[in-house]
Amino acid sequence: MTERIERHHYDVVVIGAGGAGLRAAIEARLAGKRVAIISKSLFGKAHTVMAEGGAAAAMGNANSRDNWQVHFRDTMRGGKFLNNFRMAELHAKEAPQRIWELETYGALFDRTPDGKISQRNFGGHEYPRLAHVGDRTGLELIRTLQQKIVSLQQEDKREFGDYDARIRVFAETTITELLLDGDRIAGAFGYYRESGDFLLFQAPAVVLATGGVGRSYKVTSNSWEYTGDGHALALRAGATLINMEFLQFHPTGMVWPPSVKGILVTESVRGDGGVLKNSEGKRFMFEYVPDVFRKQYAETEEEADRWYTDPDNNRRPPELLPRDEVARAINNEVKEGRGTPAGGIYLDIASRRSAEYIQKRLPSMYHQFKELADVDITKEPMEIGPTCHYVMGGVEVEPDSGAAMGHVQGLFAAGEVSGGMHGSNRLGGNSLSDLLVFGKRAGEFAASYVDSMEKRPTVPAADVEAAVDTALAPLARETGENPYKLQQDLQAVMGDLVGIIRRKGELEDALTRLAELRVRVANVGATGGRRYNPGWHLALDLRNMLVVSECTAKAALEREESRGGHTREDFPAMSAKWRTVNLVCSLDGDKVRLEHKPLPKIRPELVGLFDRGELSKYLTEEELAEFDTSATEGASK
Amino acid sequence: MGEKRQFKVWRGDETGGDLQDYQVEVNEGEVVLDIIHRLQATEAPDLACRWNCKAGKCGSCSMEINGMPRLGCMTRMSTFSEDETITVTPLRTFPVIRDLVTDVSFNYEKARETPAFAPPADLAPGEYRMQQIDVERSQEFRKCIECFLCQNTCHVVRDHDENKKAFSGPRTFIRAAELDMHPLDAREDRKTYAQQHQGLGYCNITKCCSEVCPEHIKITDNAIIPMKERVVDRKYDPLVWLGSKIFRRHPDDDQLVQSGSSHAVSAGPAMTGVDLPDAHERTEEQEVERGVNWHRRVGPAQLPAVGANGRLGVSEAAFDRSGAASPFGDDVEFPMPPRDLNYAHPDQD
Repeated sequence: MTERIERHHYDVVVIGAGGAGLRAAIEARLAGKRVAIISKSLFGKAHTVMAEGGAAAAMGNANSRDNWQVHFRDTMRGGKFLNNFRMAELHAKEAPQRIWELETYGALFDRTPDGKISQRNFGGHEYPRLAHVGDRTGLELIRTLQQKIVSLQQEDKREFGDYDARIRVFAETTITELLLDGDRIAGAFGYYRESGDFLLFQAPAVVLATGGVGRSYKVTSNSWEYTGDGHALALRAGATLINMEFLQFHPTGMVWPPSVKGILVTESVRGDGGVLKNSEGKRFMFEYVPDVFRKQYAETEEEADRWYTDPDNNRRPPELLPRDEVARAINNEVKEGRGTPAGGIYLDIASRRSAEYIQKRLPSMYHQFKELADVDITKEPMEIGPTCHYVMGGVEVEPDSGAAMGHVQGLFAAGEVSGGMHGSNRLGGNSLSDLLVFGKRAGEFAASYVDSMEKRPTVPAADVEAAVDTALAPLARETGENPYKLQQDLQAVMGDLVGIIRRKGELEDALTRLAELRVRVANVGATGGRRYNPGWHLALDLRNMLVVSECTAKAALEREESRGGHTREDFPAMSAKWRTVNLVCSLDGDKVRLEHKPLPKIRPELVGLFDRGELSKYLTEEELAEFDTSATEGASK
Repeated sequence: MGEKRQFKVWRGDETGGDLQDYQVEVNEGEVVLDIIHRLQATEAPDLACRWNCKAGKCGSCSMEINGMPRLGCMTRMSTFSEDETITVTPLRTFPVIRDLVTDVSFNYEKARETPAFAPPADLAPGEYRMQQIDVERSQEFRKCIECFLCQNTCHVVRDHDENKKAFSGPRTFIRAAELDMHPLDAREDRKTYAQQHQGLGYCNITKCCSEVCPEHIKITDNAIIPMKERVVDRKYDPLVWLGSKIFRRHPDDDQLVQSGSSHAVSAGPAMTGVDLPDAHERTEEQEVERGVNWHRRVGPAQLPAVGANGRLGVSEAAFDRSGAASPFGDDVEFPMPPRDLNYAHPDQD
């Protein structure tokens, strides 16, 4: 059977139409390139809209002492020094320029009294630093970039008589394969979700901006699109992934009812009197106070309850232990069978505070749950549990250009799909600025890569045929397994065994089960036709989710320490030795291979931004000795 | 756990389709989109439906639930009684692709025709200074999540495909208003553009768009009416505007063809007032050419059928026939012949 395949020629194909993808497309187009933007959803619906807090940039509008050095320091601290220092440096230096640029595209941020962009405080940032628009900053960002693209299309219409002359958006289109000419990117193959028809892009440069991997988890704040497509495409094209063991979980997200599953419950619910209870109604946190915290935390419910009104003479309730301790306790209760039917535990403020008090102290929480789920938090306890919402790991890139490492040329990555920038843990607000800074760089360097090339790569016809066969296979398997069931099973493995708290035995178990799933996923089937068939689409996404999950599980098993978004119950401490190591995943045939790679060495003037006391928490003795030597040298000069 | 509830979901494509019955388990606290997902995971894996964030922030899961345009993720099952059958259909104003998915490209085309923000020439990035109070007016419109429920519910295009060419819809009007109110936008002609090229004049302020907006943007009160008022201020003659809009716009040009251009000029001396044919024999263009007799008295505008609350029904579900009422009256076809255009000034009677 011959398939009709629509062919397109572009200079740069950007996969993903969120903040990073759109910013990359703008930059490549401004460099004079013909650009295609591939969006899995409609134009402007990307996951970027979910970002509420703001975009971190050291503009110094709220506090003039803020500058890029302070921002750099905060980012490195947040990532527990595992960050790629060069990316953190570029990010801190360029973020303000990228934000100001948005204003020339028409963005309307909230203002300070003197008319500048207002900046708000956020966890981990030393000064108020987040440019914001109420709690919908992500929407503002995506809309602004979307409208900038429209304005560039209008320019092209005036010049060439065609809106799509130099930049075209392919909405509701999924890329299933990257095509190579030797080790050079030659194009991309995919399908229109609407019609199920295939398309082939012939292009020497591809920018990945596909976001994260959260859909592999049972409870997640991510949308269906987050199936790790870019991660998997990169692997299959010969690129490498780093830091895949680092996922950001929030210990208290809603797990039930389904209409609000994944939505985060702010920690202030606990600060205002909310307590954690298991299915037996027991307030269990008292049993989970580690020895080091014993002195600061109450031992009886009576004492804990007195703390809210008299914090000077009483110790804190154990519900206010650090995030990872709370997560570990919740995790343990659920695993020992004292969880709720939906796999969480209860957060109860209703029985402890008056309805009036709750509404006054937590107005947005109250309204959110009332409106979305008809849950009245003044009347009933909330069912909560760990929620997956960001992956720090991703495509290993060259920091300045965003070019993928490994053995592939012409592949670039930006945003959540790339790794290194956030180290082991991302600070709130650094994601939106990351998109802009590295989206721009990826677009710029993809364009100059195209300029530097002497001969364009060609797409091997056999690879296109293979891609067609792979894409059509699930539709042909009449007795294939239900993709929704497979996704549920994958989510169960990842959620239960590679979740917020990890153990050696469970991770090994997870790898066995993922291997079983691999066999089943190879036999996935889809009923119905090719026209807008979500079952078929999911069947095609599954293999991406699977390979990315394997990377996460493998790296999580390998890294024997706890740091940022990776917590090992059997290795609870941070290890200076492990800080010097990146775990790099690549594909060997269809198997995931894991290698150790030393972290790039931070330049001395950047190390010098920290004091020795702080560095000693992270660095090895050798590194510290080196620091001391260079410090004395610096002093003697 | 949950109990079975009765659903009717429209299945089909552009060649046709019909409502199919489903019995689906419904649990406490669920929304309509949860039920669609359960259908996909169980008996209808190929049921097509758009969705993304499932938190009312992306505007993807627009559908019509019991005839009301709504977001599936923001419609709680608890708002229906237990024995109620819930009917889910695709957005009516846009062509169906499959099941609940429609072709919404109309909205993107109109957005692409709207002139973009024009940055002030004398300000470098970082030099923009605006007051909060000034940006707030535009910020209201930038809350828009582009769910297109307003476009879907607007009577000018709902069941009137023929109006889609000349009419851009509420989403585009708030974009125009947003730019008009932007403190630093360098273009001065946002309002004129809205009247001349977006069909703002077609809107007769029934406020259905505001009613269905999940972001509670006051589309009519805060965007359309202010834009209309200024339009009247400036052009002061909606009748001539509408006539020229319908008949005189050059198809490939954004510029309005002024009265007396090509056709009229070639008609030469015949186009003088005295030589005009009798009113009944005049062509519509000649009619427009004559201008308007502002002293004639016209009857009050014919009102479309309204519901018990005195408003237009938001959907045809409330009516006893398939098409929604036209806000211009049921017997009117577009484009209207200019001699049928009425404008009754509110102070007339």
